[in-house]
Amino acid sequence: MSFLTTFVNGLSLGSIYAIIALGYTMVYGIAKMLNFAHGDFIMVGCYIIFLFSSNLGLPPFISILIAVVLCTVLGITTERVAYRPLRNAASPLAVLITAIGVSYFLENLALLIFGADTKSFSSVITWSGLSLFNGELQIQGITIVTIAVSLLILLVLQLFVHKTKEGQAMLAVSQDRGAAMLMGIDVNKTITLTFAIGSALAAVAGALLASAYPSLTPYTGAMPGIKAFVAAVLGGIGSIPGAMIGGLVLGIIEILSRTYISSQLADAIVFGILVVVLLVKPTGILGKKIQEKV
Amino acid sequence: MKKKINISKTSSQRLITYGMVIAAWIILEIFLHTGLMSSHLEGLLVPMAYYAIVAVGLNLCVGILGELSLGHAGFMCVGAFSSALFSLLTVGKIPDGLRFILALFVGVLFSALVGFLVGIPVLRLNGDYLAIVTLAFGEIIKNIINALYLGVDSKGVHVSFESLMALNMEPEGTVLINGAMGVTGTPHDANFTIAVILLLFALVIVQNFIDSKDGRAVMSIRDNRIAAESIGIPVTSYKMLAFTISAAVAGMAGVVFSHNIATLQSTSQYFGYNVSIMILVYVVLGGIGSIRGSVIAASVLYLLPELLRGLNKYRMLIYSVVLIAVMIVNWAPGVIEKRTEFFDRIRKGIKNGAA
Repeated sequence: MSFLTTFVNGLSLGSIYAIIALGYTMVYGIAKMLNFAHGDFIMVGCYIIFLFSSNLGLPPFISILIAVVLCTVLGITTERVAYRPLRNAASPLAVLITAIGVSYFLENLALLIFGADTKSFSSVITWSGLSLFNGELQIQGITIVTIAVSLLILLVLQLFVHKTKEGQAMLAVSQDRGAAMLMGIDVNKTITLTFAIGSALAAVAGALLASAYPSLTPYTGAMPGIKAFVAAVLGGIGSIPGAMIGGLVLGIIEILSRTYISSQLADAIVFGILVVVLLVKPTGILGKKIQEKV
Repeated sequence: MKKKINISKTSSQRLITYGMVIAAWIILEIFLHTGLMSSHLEGLLVPMAYYAIVAVGLNLCVGILGELSLGHAGFMCVGAFSSALFSLLTVGKIPDGLRFILALFVGVLFSALVGFLVGIPVLRLNGDYLAIVTLAFGEIIKNIINALYLGVDSKGVHVSFESLMALNMEPEGTVLINGAMGVTGTPHDANFTIAVILLLFALVIVQNFIDSKDGRAVMSIRDNRIAAESIGIPVTSYKMLAFTISAAVAGMAGVVFSHNIATLQSTSQYFGYNVSIMILVYVVLGGIGSIRGSVIAASVLYLLPELLRGLNKYRMLIYSVVLIAVMIVNWAPGVIEKRTEFFDRIRKGIKNGAA
């Protein structure tokens, strides 16, 4: 049973990675940029929820809603101010380095406002969870909620992308920005919408992450953010089901290696898997191969 | 008859860079010996020099090769640990000066080797993927060394990833790497003068490489890989060459690092991806592709917080804003257009005013 418990924990962490990776993969697929600051949007979301629910005593659900709205605004603003001017820059490194700058900015702003000390985050989920097989398998409430929320988000996103006009526009922009523009699609609006969705997901992921791992610092989001990018690459960047699969695989591997191999080597194993996958299949598990044109 | 010395433009530019470093060294040495420098500032001189060395190495990778590496702290880590182990094993057996030179060779060789091995998979990727995989490798190196226990006794070398006890050492054996506690007792061989000599050495190597035929080939790959390939430049081997040299230079900085610190630990504070990013900030703010700029930016930005103690809290915030602003002003097509328009107007205005 202890293996099953570990596995479920991995599934829970994997679901959080998956939600972050969904945001990453959409932004990367459509805006063609690696938003290095995505992990820090999670941290911002966490601090907003912390501020409203722990300090001002608002109910968790309302705090999460506020965090989602504010993170969306933050995502749209960041894109507008820092990323859009560089979209057609001569070097693709320009926008990546700018994203690193945004990441630095958010971390240090949080450091200045909230200080470097660890804040203890009270879980947004109060349900104690399920006890199965005569109490041999304990599943925490937050674990169940996390997995359910991530599946729900996956379903909604899939429907949104394939059934709505805006979603179709996103697919078109991700395939060929120039052609999409000629077909009358507003590329700027589509990219803004993508950033809005990605940042909103980051806030939701922040709520779940901080509930499962309740210590909050300005650097809380950085590592999960990078691992979620690894998950997105693992699943095939640009693919929504791929992000889900990549996130779950990564979370399970991380928790299993932390439990059964070494807690210090878990991160090395996770990054090692990224290297191996990119060597064997550079486009990820569900990625499509793109031919380079001259 | 007077012999005419012909100095080309590139070599005079080079001499200016070397001269600047030497001048800065002389001034700082004067401050050191006249006691005008606080002991706190004194402790920052060697780090300033080794970060300048890594910045020079990273600029070769980012500016000349055009590939963004976020893992150079990892190469520094390899250089630091391999040379520290060598010094620890040979202390008392080899005279001090020679030992440091050999340790330098060991550190540079190992980091070049790791750079080469990492380069094989990494350089097959492009752009963002390459950046994230170098970051991954940097973290892998840091994490593995952080979990490593290593010791020697009469039976040979013992390695473990679990604990000190799992090494099964004889009581008289020596522990070399004590897991997260790191390496202690590395001889304090490096000082500011040695660090500056190595910085000059790194500058000579990198500058000569850039100005050589190989350097031009690497830059042609940066500017247009497909065009370079079509005129017969072996793209992969040149990429490997530049990347390996870049890693070796970072390893050299690691050697200075490990011989200047009492306890060498493989922690995020010293070798995490944040350090790689910090060095990248030096390279970007100094000017991508400008070796002199990297040295100036690394030195100034490393010392700046100490000179502006009151602003220390806001320092990183200012950094990040400046970084974003520099990127937008230098790279955004819209801003570049406005900038040239503005300068054209000024130039015309001056002409009209003069006429």
